[in-house]
Amino acid sequence: MSFGLPPVFAYALRRLLQAVPVIILIMVATFLLLKLAPGDTVDALVGDMGGADAAYIARMRAEYGLDQPVWVQLWRYMAKLATFDLGWSFVYEQPVSVVLMDRLGTTLMLMAASLSLAFTLGIALGAIAARKAYSLTDNLISTLGLVFYATPSFFLSLLFIYLFSVKLGWLPVGGIKTIAGFYTGWDHVVDVALHLIMPTAALSLIYLSFYMRLMRATVLEVADLDFVRTARAKGAGEFRLMIHHIMRNALLPVITLLGLQFSTVLGGSVVVETIFTLPGLGQLASQSVVQRDMNTLMGIIFLCSIIVVVVNFLTDVLYARLDSRIELA
Amino acid sequence: MTETTPVLQISGLKIALPKGSDRPYALEGLDLEINPGEIVCLVGESGSGKSLSAGAIMRLLPEPHVHVAEGSIKFRGEEIVAKSETEMRQIRGRDIAMIFQEPMTALNPQKTVGWQLDEVLRLHTKMSRKERRARAIEMLERVHLPDPPSAYNAYPHQISGGQRQRVMIAMALSLSPKLIIADEPTTALDVTTQLQILKLIRELQEQEGAGVLFITHDFGVVAEIADKVAVLRKGILVEQGPASEVLNNPQHAYTRALIGAVPALTPPPLKVPSTAPVVLKGTGLKKTFAARGGMLSGKRKAVTAVKDLTFELRQGETLGVVGESGSGKTTVSRIVTRLLECDAGKVEMDGKDLLALSPREMREMRKHIQMVFQDPMASLNPRKRVVDLIAQGPIVHGADPAKARADARRLLELVELSPASASRFPHEFSGGQRQRIGIARALALEPKVIVADEPVSALDVSVQAQVLKLLADLRDRLNLSLLFVTHDLRVAAQLCDRIIVMQKGEIVESGPTAEVFANPQHAYTQKLLSSIPGRDWTPPVIRTDAA
Amino acid sequence: MTTLDTDLAPAEPPRLIVFWRRYKRNRAALLGLALFVIVLLMALTAGIVDPGDPLRRAGAPLTPPLTDWATPLGTDQLGRDIFSGIFYGARISLMIGVVATLVAIGIGVLIGALAGYFGGWVDDVLMRVTEAFQTIPNFVLLLTLVAIMGSKIEWITLAIGIVSWTAPARMVRAEFMSLRGREFVDAARNLGVSNASIIFREILPNALPPIVVYASVLMALSILLESALAFLGLGDPNYASWGNMIGQGRSVLRTAAYCAVFPGIAIVLTVLSFSLVGEGLNDALNPRQKK
Repeated sequence: MSFGLPPVFAYALRRLLQAVPVIILIMVATFLLLKLAPGDTVDALVGDMGGADAAYIARMRAEYGLDQPVWVQLWRYMAKLATFDLGWSFVYEQPVSVVLMDRLGTTLMLMAASLSLAFTLGIALGAIAARKAYSLTDNLISTLGLVFYATPSFFLSLLFIYLFSVKLGWLPVGGIKTIAGFYTGWDHVVDVALHLIMPTAALSLIYLSFYMRLMRATVLEVADLDFVRTARAKGAGEFRLMIHHIMRNALLPVITLLGLQFSTVLGGSVVVETIFTLPGLGQLASQSVVQRDMNTLMGIIFLCSIIVVVVNFLTDVLYARLDSRIELA
Repeated sequence: MTETTPVLQISGLKIALPKGSDRPYALEGLDLEINPGEIVCLVGESGSGKSLSAGAIMRLLPEPHVHVAEGSIKFRGEEIVAKSETEMRQIRGRDIAMIFQEPMTALNPQKTVGWQLDEVLRLHTKMSRKERRARAIEMLERVHLPDPPSAYNAYPHQISGGQRQRVMIAMALSLSPKLIIADEPTTALDVTTQLQILKLIRELQEQEGAGVLFITHDFGVVAEIADKVAVLRKGILVEQGPASEVLNNPQHAYTRALIGAVPALTPPPLKVPSTAPVVLKGTGLKKTFAARGGMLSGKRKAVTAVKDLTFELRQGETLGVVGESGSGKTTVSRIVTRLLECDAGKVEMDGKDLLALSPREMREMRKHIQMVFQDPMASLNPRKRVVDLIAQGPIVHGADPAKARADARRLLELVELSPASASRFPHEFSGGQRQRIGIARALALEPKVIVADEPVSALDVSVQAQVLKLLADLRDRLNLSLLFVTHDLRVAAQLCDRIIVMQKGEIVESGPTAEVFANPQHAYTQKLLSSIPGRDWTPPVIRTDAA
Repeated sequence: MTTLDTDLAPAEPPRLIVFWRRYKRNRAALLGLALFVIVLLMALTAGIVDPGDPLRRAGAPLTPPLTDWATPLGTDQLGRDIFSGIFYGARISLMIGVVATLVAIGIGVLIGALAGYFGGWVDDVLMRVTEAFQTIPNFVLLLTLVAIMGSKIEWITLAIGIVSWTAPARMVRAEFMSLRGREFVDAARNLGVSNASIIFREILPNALPPIVVYASVLMALSILLESALAFLGLGDPNYASWGNMIGQGRSVLRTAAYCAVFPGIAIVLTVLSFSLVGEGLNDALNPRQKK
């Protein structure tokens, strides 16, 4: 099957057209929901200032357009959103888009590290467990998977901090880089990597167990299929069977899960980033809720939705590339 | 090495099943010999252990649960049972090759046909990439695939079922093995394709002089291809001998029963007068399916399943709708019962057009036209008791539940099942019994017409004969009118008064079964009839108590 | 001689017994059931073990475990009894697990059944809504909902249900799509059975086993979500919650790690019990064909 560029573009365009209504739906719904919440931005600001007179509050409301009916506010917000203007964050006193871009890199780094760790280790362990099904190795791996699955990431984070930072002193307790370290070049990279080890491990273990369990189940299933028997009857050895026939087919559902779960992993970063004080989108999300910074919260939802849509598109393309039965159009 | 050394010599083979199975041994004391150039058919119904014997020869049994307990398997004089796994790996694919039943699933969906052919050569020869490619393409030519170079680059899903089976054969034969094991290789194929594949196996086997172990359940196929026959029943070899002997003069009672169950190709004389009233009439039926192209593509291709179909079913008559897969015969059964909405045409019953009725009116009319489905497992709701399954129709149509259940028990007796089984669930019955329950359910509403969609195709021959007999009895006793959809011409010959032959959504020929069989007019009908396996063999008339 | 097709196989024992036999074959599932029973007993006896408010001061702050019989697992920095907190926490966790799961399964079954059975535009619309919910990271959505509705336990439970219904909806939809094409559904339609009856009486009972198995996964996920919220200090402050205890324990991690460790172990064991029970249910409800 040829994989020229044009079909991908046509497919991308169609997916984009499908995604736009979904994102509009999300933004409209979130906007209206947030309007239901008691108190608005001005209340929060005034609360921070320790009170202000009614006239001043009214003037502020008018300035931000909060005195208008909800529908007008919604229309204005959506019109600005169409130009990727996410409004102003009163907490950070910067445009929301600037605040988000500051944080995006950290989160993407954490996601990439966690997912690649979870995916590679997950499929490797899953495949090994399936090949040695019902043996001691399998039991060990499967039990480990169950425990990873049952351990909440925040508890795991605390255990890591206690062990590796407090007791052993090997790893930094939080942040993305050493404050006042002023590392440059390679040292900077190593410094950031050291800061990411624990968050990555804490975030990835639960997903690692998902991939592992799914991989184990699909490998067992595929191993029973007719074409594996055919390959065996041809005289293929176990290793060859595993690589060319079983893994090749068993990977597909795992890739589907990877795409489906991306948004959940992104959600999981909220807790991990908060614990390890990583300046990412997740930490920003929990702070925005506490500080009632609604524009920023909306911005996070918007950005996350776009990231999820893009990642889902990429996994679909990857899937189609790997599955000969599917042609993009 | 002499001419007389058999390729395969099995003696006293015993295969043990895991504890808790319905019997301790899948195979008990199999003796079998295959000489070079000989095709030996191993015949048996499901559960006879015939496929496991193939697994034992290849040493591909799901060990340790299922394993060879006793006996010897000698391949060209060498004991297979004693070989190491490494030795076996060299033998598999090179000296002993295998062809499987399901061409759909027997090839890896993610690798090209060429890659999979190449794999055998790569595993067993030191040929260069170029030589291997040339050899693979030569093999694709030998199995008569059109355009071998492009077939080489195709993925399995891009070629048809028959072509896939040809690829399997090419793969099996590419190293000129001495023994070929074919496990039901044509069961999943249409009759015309089946004949071509059987001829191909015969042709190549003669060229190579290989021995073939051909596993099948179909005596028609046996008559077509076998030199020798061995009959298995529940793991025990009951009869063995030259094909002509076993087919025409079977000795063992089980063989006699099996052969007696094969429907003869001589249709009964027409007994319903053409003056009987028409109970169901279809006019100008059309159905087109909008099929999606790929999973992710939005392209829709239209497939015409039925175009302009007209038929009449008379009171007390059985009308057969015959065709191969893709002929639209199943669509017909779904259109007339309105399980599928039709694009155009009329289905008239009692002067009403069923297709024009409102959903409510149609629900009311359904009691007059009932259906017996193909898959006896899938057509009964697994979570309902048998009595409720049968009584459901009358209850929906307003009958008193207690009376409907009492009637259901009587219906069970009518289909020869014990009324004691009324409170069981469907999975506690065998396939044939489930089909009887399906028939009882259809009869519960006392319909004017019964549409039967391949009702016996999922059943073993001996069970098939019993269910067919029941259907014929009930039809005669209750004066039922049957619309009988089938791919099996033998079954059609036995049961149908008249038949319609369909090809690609169109009727190519219709008429009294006896006339169509004796003197087919259309080329396609002729081809179908001449493709029936074992058409030149008339099963001997055998009277047994069972069949 | 051919056996007559009409001879019956011996009758099977009742379904519940068959189910239990299959379930108990999986030893890990039995362990899961035992753990679940322990957590359930803890939830039920919390009021007997400690009749007072688990959030009151019960002893000297930061009493280490096993030093005072009144507070066997020690106390936290505010002198609250960890032992009784764990018992009362079991109540909250189970309650939230059960109710949120019911909410999620309820919404999921309704949407999935309609989309899967009717297909066409109904399916298109419902699936777009499902996609929208799946696109927002669920924890971010949960935070937003809690920001809107407040931290009362009823709202938190409802919010967890709302962020969790998409997976069961997709699952039910897939089940319905495959089941609606089965012959037994055609058979029912052919008898004149109505759509509503087909959905609820013919298809739904057959779609239930995977939903039941998934419910155990959902319970575990709901407990994890609630504890994460509580850990961030966004839970209901009026109830003892394991997540909240760990969150509080974080600030004394260096000196009194046990404050976080005991409730952490409680969560791990509870979630583990649900997954093990889920696997046992899966084995018992969807037995793979024996080869």
